[in-house]
Amino acid sequence: MNQQGELIQVNSDQDVVRVRQLVRTVAVAVKLSLVDQTKLVTAASELARNTLVYGGGGTVEVTTVDNGRRPGIRIVFADQGPGIVDLDLAFTDGYTTGSGLGLGLSGARRLVDEFDIVTAPGAGTSITVTKWCR
Amino acid sequence: MERVPVLKIGDILLVSIQIDMEDQTALQLQEDLADRIVATGCHGVIIDISALDIVDSFVGRTLASIASISRVLDAETVVVGMRPAVAITLVELGLQLPGIRTALNVELGMDLLARERAADDWEFDEGDAEDESEPETPAAAAP
Repeated sequence: MNQQGELIQVNSDQDVVRVRQLVRTVAVAVKLSLVDQTKLVTAASELARNTLVYGGGGTVEVTTVDNGRRPGIRIVFADQGPGIVDLDLAFTDGYTTGSGLGLGLSGARRLVDEFDIVTAPGAGTSITVTKWCR
Repeated sequence: MERVPVLKIGDILLVSIQIDMEDQTALQLQEDLADRIVATGCHGVIIDISALDIVDSFVGRTLASIASISRVLDAETVVVGMRPAVAITLVELGLQLPGIRTALNVELGMDLLARERAADDWEFDEGDAEDESEPETPAAAAP
């Protein structure tokens, strides 16, 4: 059973801060452990920044989910940017087409339980991550 | 945009980050610190991150940059107060913070800087002593 999510438009640095704050609030509400809260908020910060910097802005939707056994949080990062041409390369630690450290995508994937990405050149990028309560 | 204050205490610049920084705020802090190091001639920088509940790759990279910039300007940087959950997350994220010294709190950070400074002065004194002793050596060797 999924509840209605909260949507944030990401078009500036300030919006990335708002995403972090929303994810933190929801993570506390579904009672993620402190370490899991920290991991999820950090992953959300990386991915929201990617949406802004590489996707040219987009949306972040935060939803609480329940798989029947335990609650969790699902976050969808969507942009209409240039998309990712070489996914394997994009997931390589240290690889970046920008000025960052190249840890955002690969690092964020390590910090969550489920990670799905849909992208194509010219068709934008949509990343869905889920973190379950332990 | 909010700005993080930089406080001068003796020979140390102290920064306590109390807000969830926008990326631009972190970059501004980097600039402000470089300016203050040059203006004050301070040899140590302590950055207290005990109020931060996350450090992502951008903030991590900014901290590493601050440490590098400080070193070029003859100041040592110590990052203090990292929360355990933040440390666990940073390692899993893959961030290594090269060149950053850490201490558990501000007090230990100040001790670390004081020890390093004392060690530097000691090396310097030793060098001086050798220089001074050189002209004396032939005199002492003479009967």
